[in-house]
Amino acid sequence: MAAAPIIDIADLVFGWKRNEVTLDIPALSVESGSRVFVQGPSGSGKSTLLNLLGGIIVPRAGRIRVLDEDLGALPAAARDRFRADHVGFIFQQFNLVPYLDVVDNVLLPLRFSAARRARLDGDARDVARRLLADLGLSTADVDTRRTHELSVGQQQRVAAARALLGAPELVIADEPTSSLDVKHREAFLALLEAECARSGATLVFVSHDPALAPMFDRVVDLVQINRAPGGGQVP
Amino acid sequence: MTLLSLAAKSLANRRFTSILTVSTIALSVLLLLGVERMRTEAREAFTSTVSGTDLIVGARTGAVQLLLYSVFHIGTATNNITWQSYRDIAALPGVAWTVPISLGDSHRGHRVMGTEAAFFEHYRYARDRRVAFAAGSTFDDLYDAVLGAEVAARLGYRIGEALVIAHGAGSASVLDHGDKPFRVAGILERTGTPVDRTVIVSLAGIEAIHADWAGGVPVPGRRLDADAVRELDLTPDAITAVLVGLSSRVHTFRVQRLVNEYPGEPLLAILPGVTLAELWNVMGVVEGALMAISVLVVLVGLGGMVTALVTGLNERRREIAVLRSVGARPWQVLGLLVVEAMFLAAAGIVIGLLLLYAVIGTAGGALESHLGFSPAWRMPGLVEWLMLGGVLAAALLAGLVPGMRAYRYSLSDGLALRL
Repeated sequence: MAAAPIIDIADLVFGWKRNEVTLDIPALSVESGSRVFVQGPSGSGKSTLLNLLGGIIVPRAGRIRVLDEDLGALPAAARDRFRADHVGFIFQQFNLVPYLDVVDNVLLPLRFSAARRARLDGDARDVARRLLADLGLSTADVDTRRTHELSVGQQQRVAAARALLGAPELVIADEPTSSLDVKHREAFLALLEAECARSGATLVFVSHDPALAPMFDRVVDLVQINRAPGGGQVP
Repeated sequence: MTLLSLAAKSLANRRFTSILTVSTIALSVLLLLGVERMRTEAREAFTSTVSGTDLIVGARTGAVQLLLYSVFHIGTATNNITWQSYRDIAALPGVAWTVPISLGDSHRGHRVMGTEAAFFEHYRYARDRRVAFAAGSTFDDLYDAVLGAEVAARLGYRIGEALVIAHGAGSASVLDHGDKPFRVAGILERTGTPVDRTVIVSLAGIEAIHADWAGGVPVPGRRLDADAVRELDLTPDAITAVLVGLSSRVHTFRVQRLVNEYPGEPLLAILPGVTLAELWNVMGVVEGALMAISVLVVLVGLGGMVTALVTGLNERRREIAVLRSVGARPWQVLGLLVVEAMFLAAAGIVIGLLLLYAVIGTAGGALESHLGFSPAWRMPGLVEWLMLGGVLAAALLAGLVPGMRAYRYSLSDGLALRL
């Protein structure tokens, strides 16, 4: 018997413009604790799906439930709080706030979420440092480098630590490895999966690169589940 | 709290632009406060100068003109009043005291005022303060002079030193009274009034140095040495103005009318307070213009800040998306920009204030000698605090411009902005 779904989408329709449909997903369910690879070429609606999962936008029709919360029914403020408390994001690049140091970047979600602060096991800075160390960043890099002095691979690990800090139930990664070379790509992914497994987070990994698919429990092809003609274009 | 620390770190990261912006605002605040400070200090200095005098009498002329040349030593009298008129004024019922004043000569750029010892007794400044002697005392001898604090300090005179009075006002007088040098008998304490810049001698002394003069030049072939003059009758024929004290304010308008209707010659009696108010009315236009310019300069400063923040915003769209992804609400993104604007303005205000006091500290002396007053070391007054509050409020409104833009970015970009 499968575990309870953390993401449950039914008859979801969304369009950026009034007479246009970007996403039309009859059904998508993601089990809690699983690692899902969402594959799709550019323009297939990946970014739109991320914005929906994060509660930035709401569906025009249908239902999107995350952690049993009907995001479409929540007001904007509650969706922002929900995202802060329960979802960690890693983006393709430029993940870090340039004027914060490495540790402060990792601690950023705590400024907006009391729930993630409460879930910390110990002093926030210690937890952040431990996470960074687990993700393979040396103490020297953490303490002495400014964020823009880090390599892209290191920046992505800092972003991963930020997404994982305070144990959000859902971690969404949007092409986090596309700016890394092949060797670093797999190493990064292995670390990310290990940390998600440790904190019990569900990992939704979005990418156009099918080469990474074998490392996941399940592969969802956005082109197949999205009935919208020609997918969507982000405005 | 979150927004404050984020805004502070964001500004610190863009140090160069932040410093430029803060400097602009600081200078505009300095101008605004400086103009306001000069305006109020000038009024205080002027008001303080005439505090004990009920009426000022001079030859008929404009009221403001009489006030300016008699006590502020700005401009010159067009006409004198006769000694007889003076005697008659002093004898009017209700008049408690009179101080005659005779102007027209100078010493190295400083006005020389001939008067009587009664001046030191009756002249009041800053509400109710008497002039006091820092050294020496009032004039005993015909050729004794009492120096204002500024004259003594600038020219380095001590008691007993000799000084020569030049004929006419201004520092470039050609003719002097070198044959009848004066001796420094007293030096006054600083008063913050034109008295500080004045050389005070007796009326008889003024008369003495002109005893062998006629029509503004020495009479050829008629030289009288300093001691020979002592034998003459040195009662002046004419004086420049009279300060009048009344036994009661009740007599003010009656005495004023009697003087203005004096049959012997055309005279004018003014109430210094009323005439000052007239002067402020005239000055009000200039003050208003200066103030308007200062306010505009502050707005230009804030405009520069808006430009800097809006320009920087495009490269911060990724940062805004990151903040949104960790749960920042759109109004918090707006707030971040507004708080940054407020920080810049607040820093500008603080530095502007420090600059103001630095200017007062370093240029105060120069202002004193040019304008006759120097801004005091005092905390900002209510009006100044209100002005600074206004600058801050304007900065808040200005911050809404980049703030609203960031707000729109945060909604339109969502998490999906690709660069």
